[in-house]
Amino acid sequence: MSISQPAASPAVAAPIIELLQVNKWYGEFHVLRNVNLSVAKGEKVVVCGPSGSGKSTMIRCINRLEEHQQGQIIVDGIELTSNLKNIEAIRREVGMVFQQFNLFPHLTVLENLTLAPIWVRKVPKKEAEETAMYYLNRVRIPDQAKKYPGQLSGGQQQRVAIARSLCMKPNIMLFDEPTSALDPEMVKEVLDVMTGLAQEGMTMVCVTHEMGFARSVADTMVFMDRGEVVEIGTPQEFFGNPKSERTRGFLSQILNH
Amino acid sequence: MTDTALTNPSLRPPVTQVGVIGWMRANLFNSILNSILTIIFAYIIVRVVYALLDWGLIHAVWHAANARACRAADSGACWAFIGEKGRLILFGRFPYEDQWRAVLASVLFVIAMGLSGWRAFWNKRLLYLWIGVTAVNSVLMWGGVFGLSFVETSLWGGLPLTLILAIYPTMFSFPLAILLALGRRSRLPIVKSVCICFIELIRGVPLITLLFMASLMLPLFLPAGVTIDKLLRAVVAITFFTAAYIAEVIRGGLQALPKGQYEAADALGLSYNRKIISIILPQALVVVIPALVNDFIGVFKDTSLVTVIALFDIVAAMQNALVDPDWRGPTMEAYFFVAAIFFVFCYAMSRYSATLETTFNKGRRR
Repeated sequence: MSISQPAASPAVAAPIIELLQVNKWYGEFHVLRNVNLSVAKGEKVVVCGPSGSGKSTMIRCINRLEEHQQGQIIVDGIELTSNLKNIEAIRREVGMVFQQFNLFPHLTVLENLTLAPIWVRKVPKKEAEETAMYYLNRVRIPDQAKKYPGQLSGGQQQRVAIARSLCMKPNIMLFDEPTSALDPEMVKEVLDVMTGLAQEGMTMVCVTHEMGFARSVADTMVFMDRGEVVEIGTPQEFFGNPKSERTRGFLSQILNH
Repeated sequence: MTDTALTNPSLRPPVTQVGVIGWMRANLFNSILNSILTIIFAYIIVRVVYALLDWGLIHAVWHAANARACRAADSGACWAFIGEKGRLILFGRFPYEDQWRAVLASVLFVIAMGLSGWRAFWNKRLLYLWIGVTAVNSVLMWGGVFGLSFVETSLWGGLPLTLILAIYPTMFSFPLAILLALGRRSRLPIVKSVCICFIELIRGVPLITLLFMASLMLPLFLPAGVTIDKLLRAVVAITFFTAAYIAEVIRGGLQALPKGQYEAADALGLSYNRKIISIILPQALVVVIPALVNDFIGVFKDTSLVTVIALFDIVAAMQNALVDPDWRGPTMEAYFFVAAIFFVFCYAMSRYSATLETTFNKGRRR
């Protein structure tokens, strides 16, 4: 069974996410500078770069957790403006996984998963629970459904968070450093789930420092530094023959330790 | 993980460190100074408790015709006063032969308060319960129907009045406070400034001033001939006052939530209302239960201020009882009696809040 619609070949499909000349400031500080990015349906994009480079800000703009101040962001054919209807429409189609999991601690795992489908998609409770159990099976923790998030390990919580997003049947998944807050022995279980998702053709934009994951899963690598997109390329080009000096510097730092 | 035998098996703690004697040794007699202090305080406690028992029970007078007879009989507490004036203190100037109505109303209020704390009632039933209790008690207190004689609100007094002044402001101020707290954090400038003004203005004046304003100034602004019941005005004043305080407590709870909770709710596409109802408030309110109960206990006790606008709550009714020339003197007994009634209600609230906290925190560590 497939999680999303079957993937078209990334290269030819029309972009499902498009950022055009996006600029953003925090007060005087220019966080995003003329960012251009185009993601095709089914494409897996890994965004990397030093901390403070604006990569998290960039993907948070895609579902409008952050507002951009200049340029255009078009997601699934809808342009992001301050129009609340558009924002809600886009958020229904775009799932997001956070570094800190952000599960709702006062709800059980099952309630975490069914809340949005019931209230946003208006799915009947029983059906929402069946879907939730399906995705809990997918992330391999169906036995934890009745527990509260605080009773799970970090890796389990992050898998629940992924399942929670998937229950909304999104077309696009955004990952904002999903493994950075995890203990090292739990990173793999989360990456495995993400890899499985990628193989099923989900459109993914992923901010991560897991270069092994990037190499095996990404169609496109994006390197950001100081608010700019410095380099975009296939993993082969990116890791084998980076064009920019800044990319080479970054790669040598994260790969040689 | 595999189950292999540990090299060092679990042992029990040494026996000399546990038990009553162990506890006393560790806490009461662990140094010379501590031992001396323990003995001194034990002596003081015994003396105070004995004096209280002696006054309140051993030498107390339970039956007497008047205060002088009471004092003549013995030097202890004159509980005969409470026997004589208890009804006046509890029900104020409510017509004597109709006081069963006030009793019934108070009992219904207490039962409804108890049921409200029961989680099986935390749904539509709670609303029906209070609508029902309000309707029945209105009939009981006002009368005028079903052959009951009409009793105007200026004659209401004592415990039922205190309960009315505590329950309804608490009930109405809570949703108002939630709206004010959310409004204060709103991005809409007008909503935000209205909420800030309301909170700061109301919180910036003493309750007694608000009561005076409700009682004396409000009629000046109303068209001639229109009067609003004084009791209603007091309820509104206390409601606003409480709401302003509780709004700030709730705002504290809203701010204590990690930003990630808001973002996760947004990212899932939840609407603003759904986000607030299902995600934010359940967490924010649990955090502030102790502070909320603190404020509600405060409201309960502040109701005694309505005496300044000539409403006879239980304290005012008690002072009325003391005016009787036959019964001048047992002031302490009277205050004791009223204090005990306040204590029962306030302590019940405090215990209830403690159990609430435990139930909510079960299995919900972050």
